[in-house]
Amino acid sequence: MLSWLPRNVSTFGGDVDSIFTMIYYIVGIWFIATQVFLLYCIIRFRRRDGQKSDYTPGNTMSQMMWILIPCALVLVLDLWIDFRGADVWAKVKINQPASQVVVRLTAKQFNWIFTYPGPDGKFGTKDDKKFQNDMHVPVNKVVRIILTGEDVIHSFFVPEMRLKQDVVPGREIPAWFEATQTGKYEIPCAELCGTGHTGMKGFLYVHPEAEYKNWVAKNWPGS
Amino acid sequence: MSGTAASMHDAHHEAPTSFVRKYVFSTDHKMIAKQYIFIALFWAFVGGLLAYMFRWQLAWPETPVWGFGWISEDADFMPTGRIGPEVYNALITMHGTIMVFFVAMPLLLASMGNFLIPLMVGARDMAFPRLNMLSVWVLATASLILLASFFVEGGAAAAGWTGYPPLSAKVDYTGVIWGIDLWLLALALEFASFLMGGINFLVTPFNMRTRGMSLFRMPLMIWMIVIASVLFLLSVGPLIAGAVFLLLDRNLGTSFFLPEGGGDPLLWQHLFWFFGHPEVYVIFLPALGVMLEVISTFSRKTIYGYRPIIYAVLTAGVLSFVVWAHHQFISGLDPRLATPFSITTILISVPFAFVVFSLLATLWKSSIRLDTPMWFAIGGLSIFVFGGVTGIFNGSATVDIFIHDTLFVVAHFHSTLFSAVFLGGFCAIYYWYPKMFGRVMDEFWGKVHFAGTYLGFLAVFVPMHLVGVGGMVRRVADHTKYDLFIPLQPWNEWMTVAAIVLFLFQFVFAVNFIRSLYWGREAGENPWGGTTLEWTTPSPPPHGNWPGAIPEVHNAPYEYGVPGIDGEWVSQDQPAP
Repeated sequence: MLSWLPRNVSTFGGDVDSIFTMIYYIVGIWFIATQVFLLYCIIRFRRRDGQKSDYTPGNTMSQMMWILIPCALVLVLDLWIDFRGADVWAKVKINQPASQVVVRLTAKQFNWIFTYPGPDGKFGTKDDKKFQNDMHVPVNKVVRIILTGEDVIHSFFVPEMRLKQDVVPGREIPAWFEATQTGKYEIPCAELCGTGHTGMKGFLYVHPEAEYKNWVAKNWPGS
Repeated sequence: MSGTAASMHDAHHEAPTSFVRKYVFSTDHKMIAKQYIFIALFWAFVGGLLAYMFRWQLAWPETPVWGFGWISEDADFMPTGRIGPEVYNALITMHGTIMVFFVAMPLLLASMGNFLIPLMVGARDMAFPRLNMLSVWVLATASLILLASFFVEGGAAAAGWTGYPPLSAKVDYTGVIWGIDLWLLALALEFASFLMGGINFLVTPFNMRTRGMSLFRMPLMIWMIVIASVLFLLSVGPLIAGAVFLLLDRNLGTSFFLPEGGGDPLLWQHLFWFFGHPEVYVIFLPALGVMLEVISTFSRKTIYGYRPIIYAVLTAGVLSFVVWAHHQFISGLDPRLATPFSITTILISVPFAFVVFSLLATLWKSSIRLDTPMWFAIGGLSIFVFGGVTGIFNGSATVDIFIHDTLFVVAHFHSTLFSAVFLGGFCAIYYWYPKMFGRVMDEFWGKVHFAGTYLGFLAVFVPMHLVGVGGMVRRVADHTKYDLFIPLQPWNEWMTVAAIVLFLFQFVFAVNFIRSLYWGREAGENPWGGTTLEWTTPSPPPHGNWPGAIPEVHNAPYEYGVPGIDGEWVSQDQPAP
């Protein structure tokens, strides 16, 4: 199952995948153990002539221990998953790093509109520039996105970045990523947003440093 | 107390003789149970048909659905049988709504609750028979409204079964005009129906048990129905409020969920999911009850840990009220809330692991008979464990960043809900059909049906997990529009073919069901060797449930293999050994 994951191109993607992998192995072992036990019981304890079942109502502590000990193990593993996961969650969603590259995303039926603040670094000024469905960022730099919406809920999803964040009208929700590889990545909308939801997508272009500078220079000449 | 209640209800009612009073407006809990089953099976067929249609679209986008090619080119709905995104959105919305509210709840909670509570606790009927009749007819009304919503201008609801506003709150956003209003109305009536049913499901076991049937001698099936009813009654209020708000937003210009008027879209998600997670257990617990009954009966072994199972399920029920935000990890909720909700969610695995281990321990050193109901119970348990472990992925907020809104989530909740609703539901039908109709369903075709359903399920949903891990998003009508998903498209075709096979196998069940009504083997009182009270009366039970006095109870349920007895078990009404 792990091999089905899309390749990872962000700095925190590996952390997200490591939690995925950890859960995969933990629950995989439990899953196989219970299925094998079930199958064994069906085969081994099929009805035979003269066979009588054991009378074990599980009402003594010594009988209950057969259940309680595995449950305690489940509890410990649960908490392990929770706390390791919480660290990665905090890294991706809570402790968001500052950045030089800030992009404002406005989602509406059925487009992603990316607004760049231009050379002055401020939104709402004359040198702002809007790009429909195309997002350009430099590689190996923290990129900050501020997600806003105009109509219904959309969801910004870049599978290769392991980043997903709903875009809710009436709210400004921050997100970030740092790409580790250049390339062109799809941005499907992941939340049902109406008849145009199917096919609502944009592209994220991750450029090498120099190429990104060229792109900036081309769009804001003289800056 | 139970003595007086029992004798009070011993007062004999005459059985109704007219056709209408007997089969249509009946107050007999057994007839009402059958009515619920037929409503549920009708909707299951519709829900399955919708699944066939949208799976066709996913496999072969924009091609005429096989069987619908006769629709003319000028039709508003599916011209030439092709499904566009509008119709696709309506199909998935209605599929979810139908399967959860109009199949799962009537089939598991309402029909099994109605049929089994009086028979298992030893009562002549439910506590409030007329209220019971009203509940089924309110559900029938809701069904008609939901059915009508397919045919109104603008089509059926198309904002997802979760109906997230603002999408669902304005006509302009979806193009659905009446559909969503009718959808909300049908849901509101369905809730009203189950509130009435829920009162009966609580009052009857608490007040009308026969002499000797203490609370901790009740079969676990009754406990599961009681706990499910409590969960439903406590959780549905916020959703009803939310549904009213949404109706007001749509029709009277309020802004509960619309940010431009000061509302908040996330409010709906809180109201919906506060109900949504307990609702999962409202559906699942009766199915778990069926599995417990059937596994104990067919393994001829007493349940390992009867009381602890009740406590574990109660714990899970309480926890289910504090996990709702796990549906909203990436919804824009304050990210600091994710970890607490992640912890409570993953903790639910402990009580359910307890129940699963208890069931496995029940099978240990037992004496297993693999009749059709037992196959469904074991198969259901097996797939439920599968759904349980994949739930850990979703419960982790971190993993959710990637897999939320992918087909992995869809595959996960089908593992839990399909195993509950269909494997559990069929298990219940095969097991109690003899009691309901006096005849046993055909064993051979029952096993064929099981094999097709179990393997068909795996063939559809195992690959669905994998493509979800591949990033394939849900609720998209055509994955070939995305470069990343094109390599996964052959799996969409595979899943559709498998889903069609799975659907076709259900006709084996339908034919077996109808055929056995007339030609099935006569059941007798106790065809499977059950210990609970429903097996102490003729099949089908007469009006009033027992021809003579209601039996008294002297034993716990599931007294199989008790040391020092002659036969294999002691029935609940036999003298204590």
